[in-house]
Order: sequence, then structure tokens, then C-alpha cells
Amino acid sequence: MKSAVIVFPGSNREGDVVRALKQAGSDVQKVWHADHELPKGTDLVVLPGGFSYGDYLRCGAIAGRAAVMDAVRAHAARGGLVLGICNGFQILCESGLLPGILMRNANLKFICHRQFLKVERNDTAFTKAYAQGQAIDVCVAHGEGNYTADAETLKRLEGEGLVAFRYCDAQGHVTADANRNGSMNSIAGIYSTKLNVLGMMPHPENLIEDLVGGTDGRGLFESLVSSFPHAA
Amino acid sequence: MKARVTVTLKNGVLDPQGKAIEGALKSLGVEGIAGVRQGKVFDIELETGDKNAAEASLKAACEKLLANTVIENYRVELI
Repeated sequence: MKSAVIVFPGSNREGDVVRALKQAGSDVQKVWHADHELPKGTDLVVLPGGFSYGDYLRCGAIAGRAAVMDAVRAHAARGGLVLGICNGFQILCESGLLPGILMRNANLKFICHRQFLKVERNDTAFTKAYAQGQAIDVCVAHGEGNYTADAETLKRLEGEGLVAFRYCDAQGHVTADANRNGSMNSIAGIYSTKLNVLGMMPHPENLIEDLVGGTDGRGLFESLVSSFPHAA
Repeated sequence: MKARVTVTLKNGVLDPQGKAIEGALKSLGVEGIAGVRQGKVFDIELETGDKNAAEASLKAACEKLLANTVIENYRVELI
């Protein structure tokens, strides 16, 4: 499998995600935001976390309109896989690839802690290595992760099963306490209609080694690589 | 020609920053504040002297970048 990790000015989690992809068995190339094309044969595009363009105007607003995003939109339109993590999720929302927006955390605080996520469905390219309803242990680190959408969009996301992950406790219960940024319906990640684009605030790429306390994040990258058996 | 674009949150959209400012004003003892909503102001210099062309450019600027119309309204004033 071939992955392209897009680097914007101010991205800072690209190294972590490159490592997680390589560990799972993917070829990885970094792509600069000013490029107009993705490397030939790209299966997966990853928009990593960070603070692209210093979060000027709105988080992800400038990056969402960068030159390379036309190529990313075309890739997604062809059914290609796209994963946006943290700032990458904000960029996906700003670029129109996913609906809604990530607003300032409801408590106004930057949150940075371990977080359990409930896997809403395990029949997608991103989650097949997990069990449905499994509570996975990952990290969050953001100031603007408060998922917000209008009532109609929210109803569509729920109705079409496009919620990927929800904030939950260690037992998998979706509680108000576990939803520390105030997201609507405790949403931590959503899919596009065709399930080929995933945006999520938490960082699975940071829990891939026993050395740092957990490996629950590996499943996401292993799921992606196993979606391309010819290259595994 | 110059313009001022004001971007504000739509009614009903939670504005935690506005709420924090409101709280800070209260704690400073500023009286008579019923509520605060935070927005953004852009002062824009236009190349054109034509009012219609200016309005078209500004509308495109707002729709494409300055406002996220999921949560924000914008207002354009030519000055």
C-alpha cells in the first residue's frame, strides 16, 4: 500500500503518522502542500495533526484551500482513502470533504490526555481490525475539537451510520464526562458518505508502542494496510 | 476603494469565547453587559473603483474563505 502524508507549514505530527504507517507495512511518501499532484499510485492520503498556518483565520481554513487539496479532493472523488487526524480533521471540514466544523472546546481549555473511543462500526477500511463497540485507548491533544454541525447534518450522519468514533469511558460507555471538548453527540470522528474519508480528533498514531503505554492505535493503520492485500 | 467585512457567529451557535469575555467583563465590574458574541473584522483594500465589481469580489472572498457559512454570517460594507 502507498500512503502520501501531506505536510503543511505548521504540521507537526507527520513524523508520528509516517512511523505508524511504516510499522503497519505501508510505503510512505511526504508531500508538500504546494504540490499539485499526489505521487502515482497513492492509495491513502493522510493529513496529519499540527497547527497548519498557525491556525490563522480558523483552524484548517488556509490549509483546506492549499494547492494540493484539489488533488486530495480528486483522489477522494475517485473513492481513494483519506485520513485526517486532529488538524487534519479540521482541514477536511474546511475543505468541504467532510461536513460540520471543529469549534473551540466548550471549556475553553486545550485538552491533552489519554482518551477512550468507542468504535461505532468495524466494517470500514479504517476499523476492520477492531471489534464493533470496542473501546480503544488513544490520545487527544487539541484546543478546537468541539464537533459542531447543523441539526440536519447531524441527523444525516447518525442516520447513515457515518459516526466513526465517540468519546467514551474505559468500559465503552458514551458519557458526558468522557466528552471533554463538548462535541455534539460525543462525536470524535466521522466518515464521508462513501466511507472512504475519515476525520478524527484523537491521535491513534501516538499509541502504537508498548514503550509509551499502549498499542490500541495500531489497529487503525493495520486495517488500512490490510485493505490493500496486493501490497501488504 | 475600501471595504469592511464583519464575520459573526450565527444565532444559536455556542460561543465559548464570547461567554469567557462576558465573564471577564463582569469580574472587572463593568456594569450593564447583557451578553457578548465575538466576531472578526477584515479591512480590505480593493483594486477596483467599481461598486458592483467590488461587491462581487467581496462576496467571493467571504464565501470562499473569510466566513465558514456553517456557523458564521458575514456583512460587507463599502467605505
